[in-house]
Amino acid sequence: MTGAPAVEDIVRSEYEHGFTTEIESDTLPPGLDEDVVRAISRRKGEPEFMVEQRLKAYRHWLTMREPEWASVHYPRIDFQSISYYSAPKRPEDMPKSLDEIDPALLETYNKLGIPIEEQKALAGIAVDAVFDSVSVATTFRATLAEAGVIFCSISEALHDYPELVKQYMGSVVPHTDNYYAGLNAAVFSDGTFVYVPKGVRCPMELSTYFRINARNTGQFERTLIIAEAGSYVSYLEGCTAPQRDENQLHAAVVELIAMEDAEIKYSTVQNWYPGDAQGRGGIYNFVTKRGDCRGARSKISWTQVETGSAITWKYPSCILRGEGSVGEFYSVAVTKGRQQADTGTKMIHIGKNTSSTIVSKGISAGEGQQTYRGLVRIGPRAEGARNHTQCDSLLIGDRCTANTFPYIEVKHPSAQMEHEATTSKISDDQLFYCRSRGLNEEDAVSMIVNGFCKEVFNELPMEFAVEAQKLLSISLEGAVG
Amino acid sequence: MLSVKGLRANVGDKEILRGLDLEVGPGEVHAIMGPNGSGKSTFAHVLSGRAGYGVTAGSAIFEGRDLFDLEPEERARLGLFLAFQYPVELPGVNNTYFLKAALNSIRKARGESELDAVSFLRLIKERLKILHLDDSLLKRAVNAGFSGGEKKRNEIFQMALLEPRLAILDETDSGLDIDALRVVADGVNALRGPERSMIVVTHYQRLLDYIEPDYVHVLAKGRIIRSGGKELALELEEKGYGWIDAEVEAA
Repeated sequence: MTGAPAVEDIVRSEYEHGFTTEIESDTLPPGLDEDVVRAISRRKGEPEFMVEQRLKAYRHWLTMREPEWASVHYPRIDFQSISYYSAPKRPEDMPKSLDEIDPALLETYNKLGIPIEEQKALAGIAVDAVFDSVSVATTFRATLAEAGVIFCSISEALHDYPELVKQYMGSVVPHTDNYYAGLNAAVFSDGTFVYVPKGVRCPMELSTYFRINARNTGQFERTLIIAEAGSYVSYLEGCTAPQRDENQLHAAVVELIAMEDAEIKYSTVQNWYPGDAQGRGGIYNFVTKRGDCRGARSKISWTQVETGSAITWKYPSCILRGEGSVGEFYSVAVTKGRQQADTGTKMIHIGKNTSSTIVSKGISAGEGQQTYRGLVRIGPRAEGARNHTQCDSLLIGDRCTANTFPYIEVKHPSAQMEHEATTSKISDDQLFYCRSRGLNEEDAVSMIVNGFCKEVFNELPMEFAVEAQKLLSISLEGAVG
Repeated sequence: MLSVKGLRANVGDKEILRGLDLEVGPGEVHAIMGPNGSGKSTFAHVLSGRAGYGVTAGSAIFEGRDLFDLEPEERARLGLFLAFQYPVELPGVNNTYFLKAALNSIRKARGESELDAVSFLRLIKERLKILHLDDSLLKRAVNAGFSGGEKKRNEIFQMALLEPRLAILDETDSGLDIDALRVVADGVNALRGPERSMIVVTHYQRLLDYIEPDYVHVLAKGRIIRSGGKELALELEEKGYGWIDAEVEAA
């Protein structure tokens, strides 16, 4: 009796953050060979060992094959058509304060609603904003330095703390790990470095905003976070990207290392351009994220809200090496339009009495395709290991798909494993109930979806949770059950 | 307040309502009774705008508007409220948050200012007190894991908060034991007033012992075949619906 707007509406909602900032870029011509690898390293003025590592990675990468096992479909990537380095101009004149930053850049951030200025300072958050590949603004470093926390770009870390980088980089995700990690190790442009010394509780949430901007430029971020014994750090990563035509490859590597009694909390809100209604021009997000709980009773917690990208291929994982260490994975992934996502986690239990929790919430609308792929492995020495997995899918409309592939390998008889999975649709009853209370359909959908994701949002830092909810509502505008 | 004329409605190919007329004045409480399958719940759903029903003829003028021209949320904002026979669960959606969003969307539509968190909380506490409910249900997800009685109480609580001009109670007594029934009925009675009309849809006379109607209508085969005062309910209780059926057959 009541006409409901078509499911197509949600597919048609244009990307809100689609615009391109015009900034002169210092970009290498497309193509990849050993000279390009050397050129990247030279431009960044890296120490000799880094050049060697990059070349080693590059040579190994040439022997590797692109993975094909994920449930995602896309045309073959021509790696020679990608430009591997792009930096905002005037690198010799890096800004010391916001006044020195290119106004066009600040405007971009403002359009995105990123409060890089006073708001952020008042909120007590240090920002290491990555625009294209080189960090252009860093705040609050003094406060962090007082606590002994190092928070800088990987490039800076290579200059100022080469030994730390040498010691840890590639120790969690080696260049031989997988195709994209190999590529990243060869050509990574920049990224974030965090070092929290023994016993230090990082005095603020660390936050980096990524943004892909230069046309036809792959972005290869490298993040390395080290938490020494008894320390704590919470890191927030948020991304948006401008609208554009070509497919963009993003192959980041994130490595986390937690020593004895240390805790790392890593939160991501990802909203990259998903492509237009036909799926053209969206970001390919092929990311390797892994945390190593090296010390006893250490803890690594991944929380992610993934609403963007044309294709997502991402499995933030934990290696639970230390006795009694804890790994957590909380995820909300949304696919709409023609988005495809194959995402999940790996929990590798090696040490005794290790425990892990996986809560995955997948939302699929339009013609979105979504796959949860998760591995829980209990090794032969992981006595008393425990895992709880909860994997829920919510379907909106009748042309989307949701798959669940849980892999479980248990090599110790004392392991306790729980796996729960549900698939549901937003029911007409739920929508009607909300509407009969005066809520319009969009608000009703957004409310039901946010309710579905609540367990994950509860894990996000407060302001990030608010942002995530907003993002989810924007993503699902016009959706109908 | 509400004027229903010649209402005909289908579910699929089957005609359920066959020319229903009903006039409800301000402050009046009308009970609609009838055997199973007579169209009671269909009537409630059609008025509130649930999908799946086809209105083929007739009108329902409420506050000067034909309800059938409006979306469900527009009817709600106009002051129509349906207390569900089977309240729907919304896992993860906090009850307080849900109510605040609902109330503010109604207030906004009426040109009133939206309530902030503090004044909303004050209002909510006040309404809880009127209904003698404790505030534990505020922290829970909407109806999720509620017992039958809790769900019905929550419906009445929503009604108290949204302050409708016309409330339709769809078999609110179903599945309630006598104590729960009394709590719900007390709540409804506390919300009676000269500006608020109610349509109480029920199968049993029992509920009408607690919520005393001004008028009783008997629905059979999609039409109101008999109307009277509250004594009609007692007559039905005594003679059963078979008596009415026989009269319809005879007519």
